[in-house]
Amino acid sequence: MLKMNHLSKVYRTHLIETHALRDFSIHVREGEFVAVTGPSGSGKTTFLNIAGLLEEFSGGEFWIDGVDVRGMNDDQRSRLRNEKIGFIFQGFNLIPDLNLFDNVDVPLRYRGFNAAERKRRIEETLSRVGLASRMKHYPAELSGGQQQRVAIARALAGSPRLLLADEPTGNLDSLMARGVMELLEEINRQGTTIIMVTHDPELAARAQRNVHVIDGQVTDFESEPQLRVPAQGSGAAVTA
Amino acid sequence: MFYYYLQLGLHSLKRNPLLTALMVFGIALGIGTSMTSLTVFYLMGSDPIPWKSDKLHAVQLDNWSADQPYRAPNEPPDQLTYLDANALMQAGKADLQAAMFKTVWPLQPENPDVKPFSSLGRATYKDFFAMFEPPFKYGQAWDAAQDKEHARVTVLSSGLNEKLFGGTDSTGKKVRLNEIDYTIVGVLDKWQPRVKYYDLTIGAFNDAEEYYVPFTTAIELQAQASGNNSCFESAKPGWEGYLASDCVWIQFWVQLDSPAREEEYMSFLNNYVNEQKKLGRFARPLNNRLPDVNEWIEAQGVVSRDAQIQVGLSFAFLIVCLVNTIGLLLAKFMRKSSEIGLRRALGATRGQLFMQHLVEAGVIGVSGGLIGLVLTVLGLTAVRSLYKDLNNVAHLDWFMVLTAIALSVAAAVLAGLFPTWKACQITPATQLKTQ
Repeated sequence: MLKMNHLSKVYRTHLIETHALRDFSIHVREGEFVAVTGPSGSGKTTFLNIAGLLEEFSGGEFWIDGVDVRGMNDDQRSRLRNEKIGFIFQGFNLIPDLNLFDNVDVPLRYRGFNAAERKRRIEETLSRVGLASRMKHYPAELSGGQQQRVAIARALAGSPRLLLADEPTGNLDSLMARGVMELLEEINRQGTTIIMVTHDPELAARAQRNVHVIDGQVTDFESEPQLRVPAQGSGAAVTA
Repeated sequence: MFYYYLQLGLHSLKRNPLLTALMVFGIALGIGTSMTSLTVFYLMGSDPIPWKSDKLHAVQLDNWSADQPYRAPNEPPDQLTYLDANALMQAGKADLQAAMFKTVWPLQPENPDVKPFSSLGRATYKDFFAMFEPPFKYGQAWDAAQDKEHARVTVLSSGLNEKLFGGTDSTGKKVRLNEIDYTIVGVLDKWQPRVKYYDLTIGAFNDAEEYYVPFTTAIELQAQASGNNSCFESAKPGWEGYLASDCVWIQFWVQLDSPAREEEYMSFLNNYVNEQKKLGRFARPLNNRLPDVNEWIEAQGVVSRDAQIQVGLSFAFLIVCLVNTIGLLLAKFMRKSSEIGLRRALGATRGQLFMQHLVEAGVIGVSGGLIGLVLTVLGLTAVRSLYKDLNNVAHLDWFMVLTAIALSVAAAVLAGLFPTWKACQITPATQLKTQ
């Protein structure tokens, strides 16, 4: 699903060069739930941004769902991101003056779905996260946990193959965090590949595989785990 | 997607009402100011009779002094002498022709309740009506025979007919002008050329006349013209001396239905002047002119240099308003940088975001344009109350309404280009963490 080989990311100013990622290699297979851990400044978020095509990388190779990302222009990356990747952010990143329906609608608009298809997907994903009855509510009227559920619905609405979560429970209390984590696990069981950056060892332990990043390099790679059998959908067991 | 962008634009405007109001009002003020001056400028210089302005020609003959031109560098007089006007009328070489001059006569109403008043009129020939096409409400123009017979007939304006006869059909009735009774043969409908191009000697934007009488009648009655009268040497004493003088005081218009007819007529004029030279008149080199309506308006400086400068200044003010809008839009779009980053992360291309923000700028432009139109109407009202002579040109027409909206949208989109471009350069990754 996602493969990086000897990837590097260098931030340059006129005074210094900072190597955010160096010789970074990772292979995430379809259907996996991978937790990326590491201390602050280790390069976790840089990895996630590059994985989500939000930042360019300086060197190495990178494929998403078999598509070579190198040499893609900005529009091509935007389209690939829209079709294949869903994002969940620590700060939820909902648009405050749009109601839940319109927030979930945002990626679908850029995808070019017609109104009926968008409505179907929005209602389906908001139902899936348990917020179907609050479609006309605004983010400020919801709790943090509910807002994160809306963000998850927005990420899922376009049926992405890969979900990237950056500290998805970082702004939530433990009860809400547990709820969000259970939702992510359920989504993964249904076949969506998830890469989650987290500081929380307890959450990381719930992932199938942990990737530890220090100084921009993968230091501890739990390889070849036995993958879960998807609960429904694709049917076939995915093995590493 | 356009409808979606429109919805987002409206949402965004509602989000910061004060900032939005500042931008909209800034554009509205610029549009209101520039459109007010542009409307006056446009109507001053616009073609008052577009369907035939190329066929109507003012006649200019250079009968002026050998010592100096009528106007530098070598302009012929803008009016004719009675001698020449009469000769050209007698020759009748044009398709239509009319000599004319302005009169101000006392009018004595039959109705004792209406006090006598002085009224603006025009002594002319029957072709005046066929050439300049004022619409008739009742009756018609007098005929050639009545021109010839110096008939006591008149055509009234709708305003005067309303005043004297309550707007009813007054043809056949009499009206007493300068102590002589005239039979009304026609009543015009409302008619007010934006520019009174057929007589620019006293105010290009004055009201049209209230009555029209035959030129020949006015001459017989020795009616003095109330317009400009220019002489380069003293006339001999008496009315006949004045008529025989080289003083210019008569406007002369012809209708020539084709360029060939125009050439023929110019040739006729040149022959006429050459003949007159033999009689000791026309000391200057041949310098006859036949400007059409638009050439005439331009040559007579109807649109003054002041008006042009005023338009320039008002557009400079619009630019100041736009620069202000650029600053405000920049601030607005930069405040939205986290949303822009988010939309990029959710799959929006730079092009889509560029369009979205341009549409938002366009929404500001349309709003500014609509309020600007209201300000334009107020501005034109102020112009009309301050400058009575601009009463006929300080009006907004549909063309100018559309121009105002288009100008406003173009201005706002132009102002939005840089802020929009700047907003689209936002790197999504840097914004998503900071929200």
